[in-house]
Amino acid sequence: MSQAVTYIDAIRDAQERALEENPKVFLYGQDIGKFGGAFKATKGLQEKWPERVIDAPISEDAMIGMAVGAAIEGMRPIVEMQFADFGSVAFNQIVNQASTHYYRTGVPVPLVVRMPSGGTPGSGPFHSQSVESIYSHYPGSVVVTPATVSDAYSMLLQAVELDDPVIYCEHKFLYRWLKSENYEGDDLPIGKARITRKGKHATVVTYSAMVHEAVRAAEMLKQEGGWEIEVVDLRSVKPLDTDTVVASVARTGRLLALGESFPWGGVTAEVVSRVCADGFHLLDAPPMRLNSKDSPVPYHPKLWAMHRPTPESICAALRNLLAY
Amino acid sequence: MIEATEPIIENGEPTREYVRSVMYAMLRGRIMETKLSNLYKAGKIVGGVYLGKGQEAVSASLGAALNKGQDIFAPLIRDQAGRMAFGEESLDTTRTYLGSAQGPMRGRDGNIHRGRPAEGLFAMISHLGAAVSQVGGALLAKRIQGTLGSSVGATCIGDGATSTGAFHEGLNFVAVERLPMVVVVADNQYAYSTSNERQYACDDLVDRARGYGVAGHSVDGTNVHECARVIGSAVEAARAGKGPQLVVAKLLRLGGHGEHDDGSYVDQELRESHYGRDCVEVGKKLLTESGVISDDEYQAWVDEISTECQEAVAIAQREDGPDPYREDWSATASPSIRGLQ
Repeated sequence: MSQAVTYIDAIRDAQERALEENPKVFLYGQDIGKFGGAFKATKGLQEKWPERVIDAPISEDAMIGMAVGAAIEGMRPIVEMQFADFGSVAFNQIVNQASTHYYRTGVPVPLVVRMPSGGTPGSGPFHSQSVESIYSHYPGSVVVTPATVSDAYSMLLQAVELDDPVIYCEHKFLYRWLKSENYEGDDLPIGKARITRKGKHATVVTYSAMVHEAVRAAEMLKQEGGWEIEVVDLRSVKPLDTDTVVASVARTGRLLALGESFPWGGVTAEVVSRVCADGFHLLDAPPMRLNSKDSPVPYHPKLWAMHRPTPESICAALRNLLAY
Repeated sequence: MIEATEPIIENGEPTREYVRSVMYAMLRGRIMETKLSNLYKAGKIVGGVYLGKGQEAVSASLGAALNKGQDIFAPLIRDQAGRMAFGEESLDTTRTYLGSAQGPMRGRDGNIHRGRPAEGLFAMISHLGAAVSQVGGALLAKRIQGTLGSSVGATCIGDGATSTGAFHEGLNFVAVERLPMVVVVADNQYAYSTSNERQYACDDLVDRARGYGVAGHSVDGTNVHECARVIGSAVEAARAGKGPQLVVAKLLRLGGHGEHDDGSYVDQELRESHYGRDCVEVGKKLLTESGVISDDEYQAWVDEISTECQEAVAIAQREDGPDPYREDWSATASPSIRGLQ
């Protein structure tokens, strides 16, 4: 099978298609024009649509404020945060301006904020963060975390069509490493999780790049002891598909919630909380969580590799879960 | 397309009709706010009351220079007069302050946090300066859609908001894009209780315009004629493609931050200074003496506005508040995900 397209190609090409098909779509972000973006996610797009691919000053707050105003005026902006970490500068505009707007006024603000998220070796504390949990906390936004090339493509197109602010968390580690033959997939809607790997002994509920680490861990445990680990890819963390998660736990009786973000609260805590509330009787073992360590994301590749969950640490957690 | 409107500035001076519309909106703002203050003291208001007393000339000069349906206006906390000049109905004010479910915010937000964004009247959030980029975005959208024409966008802020990052980012952005935007700063000497010497260190806020590459204008915020001339000209300059305009109006907030605050910290010398003048009283004197309105006409305006205000209060008072058992508690608009968390 030829591996023709990457995860970053999917993001670029989805934007190209959105620009092509919908005159209301425009792109706004730092260095996205002629330069094509820090990760080349907008390469060549300004040449085709000079009016709709616009370079922004280094003003994350104003970038999102701009998008809210443009959305009220009928456009569907896609804003590129150069790194998800810098979204903290725009936090107010995202959670207070964009996310409250429809509830307060009845006027929707359809916009997409692309958040290049997650760690890569050597990127350090301010170019590595996973921000899905903080934006999910606030009412009014959708938060998606694609883990596959086809999801990166289809979910970005779906995000543009939604009438709400969408925080699109794209994982930088997957940009060029993750490849596929094409963008064809099952086209699940935002809000539906997917069973990435079927199993019967334990469920790993995860999302984004950690889906791939979970699959590696599942394969290791299969080789090691014939364990069959089910991997659920949430795809969107808000809304979170509780039904698919609980149905999986009903089959396996054991839950590991896995995420790359910091351990205090967040998506994995939400998953455990929902399973305990809705499916406590289904559990054969106390549910477990595995996140990054509770420190800033370190710079050195050796530290970074241990800061986030690894196939080895996931296996260790699962062995404890299976042994209970 | 929007019909061409009457000019508001001719030969550098505000037209008689424009000045009259400004004065009329000032009176509407003042009378409504006096009523709101009384209702607050009587315990009839849900939440706080924030008044624009002393800022009506500035606010109304901006609102009356804009054309609803074509322009974008993001008023702030002290813009009752400007809102009314722009075309916000009295009922939107009374329903929102009194918590009627029939107001534009339906009980979901209150007091000055109201608007009709689909009609170009944005609904402020509490975070100061946030509307500058928002209005800029609406103008950029119009430009992309090819509908900008001679539209302008405008927002009001205070001296305190000029200290925020959002103000800086927003003004820089609209300057980079050279959008037809007017930012009016009501430099009212206090941000809540913080006086200007603890707020900024430059001689005059208008000096900042040069740093942003936008046109800067200063005006005496207590003089309706001057406000109409300077703010009206700034709006016309933006409309004519001369880029963003920053207007700094000097005045004094004639009251506390809100009706919960007696403003006892306001310097007595300032109260007695030129800027402590009441712009409504000054305006009445100026415009009757110069023959722009007659005494009889002024009194007829007061009567007419008072009646309309009373009616708007009475209607809103008779209406029910929102029913929490019928609230759908959904903050998202997309049909495919409504109700999902």
